[in-house]
Amino acid sequence: MQIINYLTEMFEKTFIRDDRYKLFLDGFKNTLVIAIFATLIGVLIGLIVAVVKVWHKQYPKNVFLKILNIVAEVYTTIIRGTPVVVQLMIAYFIIFAFSDRAVLVGIIAFSFNSGAYVSEIIRAGINAVDKGQTEAGRSLGLSQFTTMKSIVLPQAFKNILPALGNEFIAILKETSVIGYLGVVDLTKAGEMVRSRTADAFFSLIFVAIVYLVLVLGLSALFKALERRLSKSDRS
Amino acid sequence: MKKIIAAVLCLVLVLACVGMTSCKSAAEKQSVDAIKKAGVLTMYTNAEFPPFEYMKGTEVKGVDVDIAQAIADKLGVELEIKNVKFDTIIGSIQSGKGSIGAAGITVTEERKESVDFSIEYTTSKQYIIVPTDSTVAKIEDLAGMKIGVQLGTTGDFIITDEINGYESDGEQQKGVLQDTGASVVTYNSAADAAIALNSGKIGAVVIDKLPAEIVAGNYDNLKAIELVYADGSNTEESYAICVAKGNESLLKVINEVIEELKASGKIDEFIITHTGAAS
Repeated sequence: MQIINYLTEMFEKTFIRDDRYKLFLDGFKNTLVIAIFATLIGVLIGLIVAVVKVWHKQYPKNVFLKILNIVAEVYTTIIRGTPVVVQLMIAYFIIFAFSDRAVLVGIIAFSFNSGAYVSEIIRAGINAVDKGQTEAGRSLGLSQFTTMKSIVLPQAFKNILPALGNEFIAILKETSVIGYLGVVDLTKAGEMVRSRTADAFFSLIFVAIVYLVLVLGLSALFKALERRLSKSDRS
Repeated sequence: MKKIIAAVLCLVLVLACVGMTSCKSAAEKQSVDAIKKAGVLTMYTNAEFPPFEYMKGTEVKGVDVDIAQAIADKLGVELEIKNVKFDTIIGSIQSGKGSIGAAGITVTEERKESVDFSIEYTTSKQYIIVPTDSTVAKIEDLAGMKIGVQLGTTGDFIITDEINGYESDGEQQKGVLQDTGASVVTYNSAADAAIALNSGKIGAVVIDKLPAEIVAGNYDNLKAIELVYADGSNTEESYAICVAKGNESLLKVINEVIEELKASGKIDEFIITHTGAAS
């Protein structure tokens, strides 16, 4: 009986009192918004960086690509060499010191963070596509850009899908540090409620379950995508 | 999918049971006898709240540390300090991880549901930090602003209540900042909030008096003013040390020590020393 009383009381304190469930809803919304945008922009950045690196290797004499490649190398080195919390704080307190839009700053910081990792994943995917594919495309008279876009990348994408899924899951969970900027995400909502109720159990377990459900959904999405793409496989 | 959900729910129940058993014995775990046997009094604090606690090199110093040291001396044990995030202190004391929570903690009704408080050792008021050229003079002037606070502090509670409304004597009251477009931004420390204020991300910071004066003192273009309402009332509050619920043996010793320190004027002395040392 005691445990049921405890659970009902804590449930009331954690979710009902002062409309605290609204905090969790807000937090859920922010976590989703940040994760989705950071993922999309991150893939875009990663794609550009990966293609620059691959093209630089294919055409080492092109000066323009050489400069871009140096920028890309510096970018991946810095991003992968520093913790995401530190990057986030640098973005908020130093680079975008003039802006009060913490969610936007967070999206940008997470995008650039994710882009560095995604670029390496994509690069690995491109390198795994047989060189003959590029050569065939170029001999057919396709431009360097069209060859990459229509021949190499679609094949690479299929191979890197599992690794990309991993990265998306990682970003979703990494967004939990955005609370440092005063943004109410899911984790921060839990912290805010916990600072009032002083009960660790309900808020933490609830937040953990919500993340888990989100990740399960994301995994299911990727599995479906993989199935769809494998239809064209010759077995 | 169903199996996974079932497994998760089972895990939750198991954890709940574990949580319950550890809750019950918190007062026994940190009773005077247990502390003397272990030879250590564990104090939980958050060293981002000068002059009550702050970092000096690698050591935590401050008014609360001196008081806790006096308690440890009285018990004849060592003082161990755990520097954690402010919003986790009460939970740690409640679960018996620490013996005492001393972090300039204001006594509130909601906190009393989780822990027991000693007698007050000092009082404080809330202060507003704003740019020097600001015309803000009372809390109502913060209407429509983004207001920075430290997560879980009294300033956080007051501003959140004034924005969202609150319950008083069973009736829903409208907060003075409600529907003005004001919003609260919670940071992990007053220092982070002040940096954000200094770069114009937020319009004001609300925090306890002494930390407010010290933090504002670090910036040429910030000032700290007392938080008053339009009707002239302010936010006087009491600081006290918290222990696990039902830990009467320890509470008695703490109250004795605080009485002695108050009578000999030591607490005022601590505050003066540390206000000088922390800024």
